[in-house]
Amino acid sequence: MSPTLLRDVAIIGGGLVGSSAALALRRMGFSVVLLDKGFCGAQASGVNYGGVRRQGRPPEQIALSQRAHAIWPRLNEIIGIDGEFVRSGHLKLARTEVEMASLEAYAARVAELGLDLELIGSNQLRERFPWIAGNVTGASLCPGDGHANPRLVSAAFAHAARLAGADVLEHTPVSHVEKAPDGFYLSAGSATQIKAQFVINSAGAWAGPFAEAFGEPVPLNRIYPSMIVTEPLNVFMDVNIGAEGGGIYARQVERGNCIVGGMRGEPLAASDFSRPTGSGAVTIMNRAAALFPPLRHAYAIRFWSGTEGEMADRNPVIGFSRTTPNLIHAFGFSGAGFQIAPGVGEVLAELVRDGESRTPIQAFAIDRFARTAQSSRAGSVPEPIKRETAQ
Amino acid sequence: MSDILRPLIVGAGPAGIRAAQTLVGAGIRPIVVDEAPSGGGQIYRQRIVPDERSPQDLYGSEAAKATALHETFAQIRDRIDYLPETLVWNVRDKAADVATGNRTRRIDFSHLILATGATDRVLPFHGWTTPGVFTLGGSQIALKSQGCAIGEQVVFLGSGPLLYLVAWQYVKAGAGVAAVLDTAPFSAKFHLLRGLLAQPAVVLRGFRYAAELMARGVPVHFGVQPVRIEGKARVEGIVWRERGKERRLACDAVGYGFALRSETQLGDLAGCRFIFDARDRAWRPECDMAGRTSVPGIYIAGDGAGIAGADAAELAGERVGLILLEDAGFSVDRTRISVLERRLAAIHRFRDVLEAAFPFPDPWAGSIADDVTLCRCEEISVGHVRAAVRDQGVFELNRLKALTRVGMGRCQGRMCGSAAAEVLATACNQSLDSVGRLRAQPPIKPLPLEIAADGEAA
Amino acid sequence: MALLKRLARQKLPPIAFTLNGQACSGRAGDTVLTALLTQVDCLRLSDFSHEPRAGFCQMGACQDCWILTAEGKRIRACNTVLEPGMNLRTIAEPRS
Repeated sequence: MSPTLLRDVAIIGGGLVGSSAALALRRMGFSVVLLDKGFCGAQASGVNYGGVRRQGRPPEQIALSQRAHAIWPRLNEIIGIDGEFVRSGHLKLARTEVEMASLEAYAARVAELGLDLELIGSNQLRERFPWIAGNVTGASLCPGDGHANPRLVSAAFAHAARLAGADVLEHTPVSHVEKAPDGFYLSAGSATQIKAQFVINSAGAWAGPFAEAFGEPVPLNRIYPSMIVTEPLNVFMDVNIGAEGGGIYARQVERGNCIVGGMRGEPLAASDFSRPTGSGAVTIMNRAAALFPPLRHAYAIRFWSGTEGEMADRNPVIGFSRTTPNLIHAFGFSGAGFQIAPGVGEVLAELVRDGESRTPIQAFAIDRFARTAQSSRAGSVPEPIKRETAQ
Repeated sequence: MSDILRPLIVGAGPAGIRAAQTLVGAGIRPIVVDEAPSGGGQIYRQRIVPDERSPQDLYGSEAAKATALHETFAQIRDRIDYLPETLVWNVRDKAADVATGNRTRRIDFSHLILATGATDRVLPFHGWTTPGVFTLGGSQIALKSQGCAIGEQVVFLGSGPLLYLVAWQYVKAGAGVAAVLDTAPFSAKFHLLRGLLAQPAVVLRGFRYAAELMARGVPVHFGVQPVRIEGKARVEGIVWRERGKERRLACDAVGYGFALRSETQLGDLAGCRFIFDARDRAWRPECDMAGRTSVPGIYIAGDGAGIAGADAAELAGERVGLILLEDAGFSVDRTRISVLERRLAAIHRFRDVLEAAFPFPDPWAGSIADDVTLCRCEEISVGHVRAAVRDQGVFELNRLKALTRVGMGRCQGRMCGSAAAEVLATACNQSLDSVGRLRAQPPIKPLPLEIAADGEAA
Repeated sequence: MALLKRLARQKLPPIAFTLNGQACSGRAGDTVLTALLTQVDCLRLSDFSHEPRAGFCQMGACQDCWILTAEGKRIRACNTVLEPGMNLRTIAEPRS
């Protein structure tokens, strides 16, 4: 039997949250083991849409989102690649007066939070974005937002963590974790034993059982946002597109492919993977061709879908466990984790080092569900606020 | 019983047609979907309109088989639901998404027979994307279906029985063949003597092709290692290495390939378990002797279940039809199944002989230069793959795809997948099977965004 | 200059079409690929290095022979049958 690995921090889940936490912790001098049941970044972190977007987030997420916002342009210096990050701006379309009113209300709510939103009327929209067709009433532009390539960014964070000295153990699923007076004991893979002072549960859609093992069950569902990708085309789409009320989101990468989402896939049987449905993909393809005339004659060359964890209230769980000292949760990003994940990684590292973070995260406490359940046990699960996902 | 059976057959080549015929014989009305405008598959591909050439001109020694297959298909035509020029682009559960032109619809099936065949296995070398370089299969299609040679001075290159067959067909049709460059050493051909007992007609025919080529003055070189295609706008020549020396020949076209690779995407989407086929150096859906995959109700026949050629495809198509019927509760002729199985077993034994006579050019993956384009869609080089292994520790094909884009383009890895696996395995010093295979993604071929859905897709 | 050389089917009825604005003629039963490559030696420029391409597999697998119609529609040349009056364009401009 191999000797027990002694580390300051064991991180369960090598997605973007876990990987960026591992990197930040290494830079603070902690010893870290990062565990993933497959390849790091192969699930939601690697196969999401790639939106790097603050606009549209609930106000309680903006501080965290702003912290991450400062990290994205520095990827080259942090992980050695720019991750194809482009500060293109994020343009959220309104297709009705009601939707436009909703965009205006949102802009008012976050006016003091530094997003610099610009509301655009229909005439100006046509002038500035002539490649958008159809009955678009107006839009809200967040010029500092953008998009990046999740396939590259998530893997590069894990790779950078490894280069910084973290033990990155891929294909090493954690089978058991328990707290003893002197620390956490973990069993993983076929024969890996780990003892750690801290455990970070960043297992994404698979985080529920780990929380439950420490007496903290959470309403974590799985969702499968799905995308279609076009062949490479002349570049025309110079901004990341979203829509109030959901239904479509789209971006074009420098190489010319357009990535369009807005529907959900389905899980594959007995597998951690999922696949878009044919009908969902065709719906998205048709919507894209109708909304963007340059795509009229384009072909879709592949579809993909990822597995993400979604909380009932669409906010993630971030912060210390309420039952177990030195256990930290960070999961349930509900299809909107990509942009904030590098910021969350820094927050998690601060929690380990300082016991608190300089970024407010109270809204994401895990016991908010326990409180809700106690106060309104008869109440139903809150409806999602927006249909839009995975941007 | 027959009113509840709704089998879907994908592919109208030798396997698909024989499977359809067998089902029709039992009173079943299968749906047959095929990408081509008419039946026959790639091997017995039909012309779009008739011309002055006879079946003999088109199919040579296989003319009788081709004609019989086409006739069979014509005879069952009104007892099947035939969808030509139609792509099955997705399969899940008991439904397939099929696109004809600009319309797509969902077809629910009770059973699925995949008779999707194969395409050329190609390995990149310098200049393989130059206009005038085609696959061996493509060179043959140009001639059979279109009455065209790929050039006036054509070099055929590679390994596999198709190399000599296509070169011979070109010579017979009056095309200029500048040379045949066989990557295997001449000594490899002695293995064919072992095959004389098993399949004498096939072996003798092969010898005849080679002999006639030489008799007509076509130089045949053995133990060739392709170096580069010359010419930028189009092929002007080819350079190869032979017994340590570089040699050059002027030509205006090159047809090449290294045997075939199975089309397996739909089996993957249908959830079939895959196994590594060491002879084909490829992963393919696992199936039993009868063509049953790991998914109940899904069957495979023909080259899609491992490369065995057109004769085997016809036999396997009939057998899979009978097995499907038997599985569905029909009583079938077990003696016939035994006969088919014996013949198939003989062909499979012979395949081992062919593999020895036309081996994969084995040091290829280690010797190919870094600056050769590996993925012709995304234009990713061999060096890019090696760098991913060196710098990022990649040892699995889908991870390689995620990090380098190899196999991510329009063709979904059909052209580069085999080569990428070989390069990756060699670069990370792993066995070919251990680097895995590219997972299939729908749509298995490009689909227009404006495609109209007739009803719900799957 | 042509890539493909016709050896047969010479006497089939001609089919008139337009290629890059020039009047051309193919034969009944031609694919678009055949009709074009008996006239020119390039169908498109590759997406990233802008190098010439002229098809490869001729059986709808490699996706290397996509061209355009005058209306901007895309056609996979090797499995599209030539029809009278087709108005075709090769992709001669590098992608922007």
